Amino acid sequence: MSIQSVVSSSQSREELRQRLLQPDEITGSEILLRTLLLEGVECVFGYPGGAVLYIYDAMHGNPDFKHLLTRHEQGAIHAADGYARSTGKVGVCIATSGPGATNLVTGIATAYMDSVPLVCITGNVPTSLIGTDAFQEADIIGITMPITKHSYLVRDAKDLARIIREAFHIANTGRKGPVLIDIPKDVSNQVTKFIYPETIDLPTYKPTVYPNKLQVDRLLAAIEEAERPVILAGGGVVYADASKELMEFVTKTRIPVTTTLLGLSGFPSAHELSMGMPGMHGTKTANYALQNADLLISIGARFDDRVTMKLDGFAPHAKIAHIDVDPAEIGKNVKTAIPVVGDVKEVLKLANLKARPAKSEAWLQRIAEMKAQYPFRYKDADDQLKPQYVIEMISETTNGDAYITTDVGQHQMWVAQFYKFRNPRSLITSGGLGTMGFGFPSAIGVQMAHPDKLVISINGDGGMQMCSQELAICAINNIPVKIVVINNQVLGMVRQWQELIYDSRYSHIDLAGSPDFVKLAEAYGVKGLRATTKEEARAVWQEALNTPGPVLVEFVVPKYENVYPMVPQGNTLDQMIMGDSE
Amino acid sequence: MMRHVISILVNDQPGVLQRVAGLFGRRGFNIESITVGASEEPGLSRMVIVTHGDEKTMEQISKQLYKLIDVAKVVDLSQNPMVARELALIKVGAEPSERPEVFGIVETFRASVVDVASNTLIVQVVGDSDKIDAMVELLKPYGIKELTRTGVTAMTRGTLRK
Repeated sequence: MSIQSVVSSSQSREELRQRLLQPDEITGSEILLRTLLLEGVECVFGYPGGAVLYIYDAMHGNPDFKHLLTRHEQGAIHAADGYARSTGKVGVCIATSGPGATNLVTGIATAYMDSVPLVCITGNVPTSLIGTDAFQEADIIGITMPITKHSYLVRDAKDLARIIREAFHIANTGRKGPVLIDIPKDVSNQVTKFIYPETIDLPTYKPTVYPNKLQVDRLLAAIEEAERPVILAGGGVVYADASKELMEFVTKTRIPVTTTLLGLSGFPSAHELSMGMPGMHGTKTANYALQNADLLISIGARFDDRVTMKLDGFAPHAKIAHIDVDPAEIGKNVKTAIPVVGDVKEVLKLANLKARPAKSEAWLQRIAEMKAQYPFRYKDADDQLKPQYVIEMISETTNGDAYITTDVGQHQMWVAQFYKFRNPRSLITSGGLGTMGFGFPSAIGVQMAHPDKLVISINGDGGMQMCSQELAICAINNIPVKIVVINNQVLGMVRQWQELIYDSRYSHIDLAGSPDFVKLAEAYGVKGLRATTKEEARAVWQEALNTPGPVLVEFVVPKYENVYPMVPQGNTLDQMIMGDSE
Repeated sequence: MMRHVISILVNDQPGVLQRVAGLFGRRGFNIESITVGASEEPGLSRMVIVTHGDEKTMEQISKQLYKLIDVAKVVDLSQNPMVARELALIKVGAEPSERPEVFGIVETFRASVVDVASNTLIVQVVGDSDKIDAMVELLKPYGIKELTRTGVTAMTRGTLRK
């Protein structure tokens, strides 16, 4: 089996569509598969079980429907997440009732926090057994209510096509997010006439796309007055596919840009007006700019506490303009003078028609000096392989052109600091929820969406062990993800906090007993490589890049490396510990 | 912290009460009372929630509610003159000799006695929350055996401009 055989070809789409639209008498399961195909789904990630047996039976021998069997439901949903983040399309996963469904919970919460469009399909026990504590019954709708954008319990197969269409629409419009569809077993076997609803009628759901012109004019007027303006660009720029519009806006207004973790790929790291990431592990320049700005324009960002740090004292001199598709984000954390509700792309398009430069030349001069004075730095050593060195090496050898997924922790911050992103959607990382175990399986989804692109998954030794079972998927489907494990033998970020904040009382951070990652990869039939020195690192990494299939590369790095700079919790952005970054 | 009465028009769907109540719970918004019932529009129900919060909290409550797919409209009724009423049933211990006194209180409050048993009465009172509180206070000396209140339902006075 090859990766191509799992992704359906787009050649005969129209012919397929006509075939699928036939108003046949079919089961709920067949309605599900047809509707998913009609929604343009190329590949579904899932795991079968009792309550979804009819659905999996319908897949059997269905040449149109492509399904990737993971080894854990969490792997399936993170893969669907990676697929969605890297394409902008809805990611789809399927799990059975009870434990299958609850295994999706972390993935749903991950997608919810980062506004990722997913449709999660769960089986449930037959309708007659719901509420009886039946075998493998769990109230997954109730469990996931706080972490889904919306959810449906399907009580009649006649509603199924409409519900799926609505779910896709809700997931991928407005502020995007996961939608769950719970299908009882009897419904998946109920025969009814297939009627595909051509239109979607949701009178109570009308997200704002086009902004209020008056507010945009106010924003533009404020820019022309501003002497120390800053743009804070977030994941919303990436999700709205608004990178080009942002670039035009920045060029016209001459405002320096800081990008949140999820916004990193939305604005090129190497651009003269890019200040990198702000916040807890951000650049001194970005944090300085935020703290001294007279106008702060947030574009598709939500003033997360890792960005603002201590709210009382954040951007104390700035008038705040906030562009967001979700009105609830405006005014939630910071007082906003200029609220602009709308799709980021549409807002910027409108703004670009009349945008004029700020009075920012002196400010830009100062920012440029800061950038030169305070780049991200680390203490390199000839006889040691530093994790930052590994990230820099990956950045250089790929020229910023790869898709990068990360797990959570120190390596994630080093990727944010040292990888030079150039293309939108090229960083896939769990920002809001900070989900360990996300990095590797999400890369599988990215690779499924982009079979011919270089996909690199960068993980720590902790997170790699949270979903390593998916190595099997890479091996049997020849999914050529380059899996990087930065192995420092500890839970690095926890260790760092224990060192700095808990007087080096190291509590349960030692990962002794981890497997030999090379052997682990090989046990699954994936090529494994290891490097412990700089020379080995360069050689081994080249070998990995030259290897056509999946490869796991372990970089053994020192234990006691810290992520700097750092703003300790409870401090304002200008109270940075520079550490080795000085 | 001002007391607010919010009216929420929602799709009449299973689970919608759970969605709204859950939202209040997880975002730390307070619920003093909540009532749900049919509205003037078929397929839509109206919830009335009494809550407390400053201006910022109320703005968040409204915005977060609008994010629920099943929510059609949110109105803070307390921004305008409104009629707010709740109903209480109060079971009072009242020996036949005490009944006239209780009837006297009931009459003053334009409440009514809806059940009479050998040694108890059920008093039904409708009014704003203060009125019901006062009624309860006055009936306490007779011994309140059971008390149930519906929570506030409300609407703005007059006609809204179209």
